[in-house]
This record gives sequence, structure tokens and C-alpha cells, in this order.
Amino acid sequence: MSHNKAGTLLSVVAIVILLVLLNSQAFGGKTPQKGDTLPDINIPVPKSDADKDYLGLKGGAFFTIPRIKAPVVIIEIFSMYCPYCQREAPEVNRLYRLIENNPALKGKIKLIGLGTGNTKFEVEVFRKNYTVPFPLVPDEDFTVHKGFGEVRTPYFIGVRINADGTHQVFYSKLGGFGAAEQFLQLVVQWSGLNEGGAQ
Amino acid sequence: MRTHSVGMVILLSISIALMSTTALARSAAFKDNIYNPGQLKPVDSTLKVKVGEPAPDFTLTAITGNPITLSQFRGDKNVVLSFVPAAWTPVCSDQWPGYNIVKDLFDAHDAVLLGITVDNIPTLFAWTNQMGKLWFPVLSDFWPHGQVADTYGVLRSDGISERALFVIDTGGIIRYINVGDINTRPPLEALVGALEKLGD
Repeated sequence: MSHNKAGTLLSVVAIVILLVLLNSQAFGGKTPQKGDTLPDINIPVPKSDADKDYLGLKGGAFFTIPRIKAPVVIIEIFSMYCPYCQREAPEVNRLYRLIENNPALKGKIKLIGLGTGNTKFEVEVFRKNYTVPFPLVPDEDFTVHKGFGEVRTPYFIGVRINADGTHQVFYSKLGGFGAAEQFLQLVVQWSGLNEGGAQ
Repeated sequence: MRTHSVGMVILLSISIALMSTTALARSAAFKDNIYNPGQLKPVDSTLKVKVGEPAPDFTLTAITGNPITLSQFRGDKNVVLSFVPAAWTPVCSDQWPGYNIVKDLFDAHDAVLLGITVDNIPTLFAWTNQMGKLWFPVLSDFWPHGQVADTYGVLRSDGISERALFVIDTGGIIRYINVGDINTRPPLEALVGALEKLGD
């Protein structure tokens, strides 16, 4: 092979690698904002039957957020190692209980925590320490974290999932959401749940 | 050919830069006060101690102002030394807050945790205040600079320490050493596994 041909071949290889990297969500996606759709990120299906039932997932190794069987999903991106997430955990649990104890909301708003950079063991430590009642999924290799634009933690994203399978982000914010009661009222309002749009 | 080569080098450089991007999950607790040193050489020192050897004794001052001596725990408690490279840096700022919620795991193995960095006391005071109230002592190996880190062989050439864990049993013998990639946090289960083996 001549020097010219070798050079051309290597250039093509370099361009292909570059394009793959630039298109890959694994290398720094954009943080979804209000009005956006979520990046198409595969999340491991939780092992526990209770978590699968709660999320309405059946079979498969991975799922995407819009596959969760609920018109509204609140995603918490957290880390066991994050002191802010530790402080917020009781309030997030309270949000879950407010939803589950309200017959008008139970089943319509689901919570899921994504443990960024956390192993399964570390996520279980967080769950046990704070008695977290909703599904927590490890994101050990930061795949999900990168896909969501490497946000700091805790980060909350609210997603409206429509009956036709489309979805839209209605809340995207770094840090705690304040008092659970007020936040829940706003979630109902922002997501359009109070307009009779439940699935 | 020359144009091709230059273009290829540029493209490959960009690709390598993108591939070397390290995700750093940072807690919002530290706001924008974390300095990112970028990707560092994974390990930049040579251990001077081994598993099975007596742990070199030392006395360092804690943030509280009290001196802590390793040998004061001999015959009473297992000791975990957690060296982290530097205050106000990404991975270090999240490592100890994680240990802060697993005191029960240390208690279950009759172990105390000593956090050590080469930073001075005022810096450690301000930094650890952002973590909430820590249940374990944080010690300053600032002066003579990094002397304890150097004794254990975890002082890097730039004056910071490695991200290292040492488990020392009640007899003062080193039972576990983990000097990992400075850019990543050691999984908690590795340390817990080492503590569980203390009973063997």
C-alpha cells in the first residue's frame, strides 16, 4: 500500500471514530430541558419483582423511561456518595408516600432513582440507609449520567408520557425540590394530570 | 501526503480527547467550588509497605486539633486508612460522604476509619463542613508535607497522595491495600469485602 493510500485509509478511520463519538450519547449528551424529549437511553430493568410491577415493566434486560406504565414519571439522578442526595432522601420518600396515599394520584405518578457511578451494592446501601420505597437503578459506568449531560446530583426530571407513546419533559432542575406537598401540586399542574389526561 | 497526515493527527487527537472524557458525578452540595484537575496519571508512586507487614506508626493532627496515633487502636480496633488526593477535587469530595452513611458497616467489623489528606487543617475544615457532620476523624498530613503518605509509599510526584485504602488489624498488621486509579472511586464492596476477611 502506498503512503497516500495508507494516509487516506487512516483518515477515514479517524473520521469514522470521531463521528461515532460525536453522535454517541455515551460521550456527553445534552441535559433534557422543559419541552424536550429524553435521550434514548437504555436502563437496566430492576431485578426485584416489586420494582418491575411498580414500573409496569415486563421482561427484557433494558428499558427506556417512556416504557414505564404511568402518565408521569419523576426521575431522580442521585449518588450514594452525594451528601445533598442523602439530605434530600427523606423528602423524596415523603413525595412517594404522598402519591401512593392519594387514590387520585396512585399509579399515575411513578418515581425512579438512577444511581450515577454507583454499583449495585452502593445503590442497595443507599436504599437500606434511607428506606427508599421506590426503584433505584445503578448506573455504574455512568452511561445514563453521560446521556443526561453529566448533571450534578441530585437532579430531578419530570416526564409526561402520553397515551400514544410520545413524551415530553416538563421539569428539569438541579437540587432539591423543596417541600414535597408543594412540589407534588406543581407536578400535577405542570404535567397536565389535572386536565384529565391520565393514561 | 503531508496534508493527509496533519488532518489525520488532528482527527485522532480530537477522538482520543473525547474518549478520555471521564464522567464525574459531582454533588450539588459543593456548588461550583470543586476544582477539576482533569485526567491524572492513574498511579504515580510505589508502595513501601506490603500486606502482612506491620503498619508504620504515625501521629497526625485531626481537624478537631487533637492528635491521633495509629498505635492507640492496637489491641482494640481494626483501622481503615483512607488517603484521598486533595480537598476540593471531584472524586475525593464524594468518597467520604459515602463512608459517612455506612458507619454500621465499620462498626460491624470493629473498625475505625481515619481519613487522611496532605491538605492543611483550615482547608480540610472548610471542605469537610460541606459534607455534613462526619463520624470519623479527618487527619492532616500537611507538614512535614505528606510524610505519612510517603512512609506508606502513596505520595505522588506532585505532592498529593494516591487514592488509597489500608486495612490494619487489631495487631497492627496490614491486611488489605488498595491503591487504585486516582481518577475513580474504589467500589464500596471491595472495602467491605476486606473488612469481612478480618474475621478469617
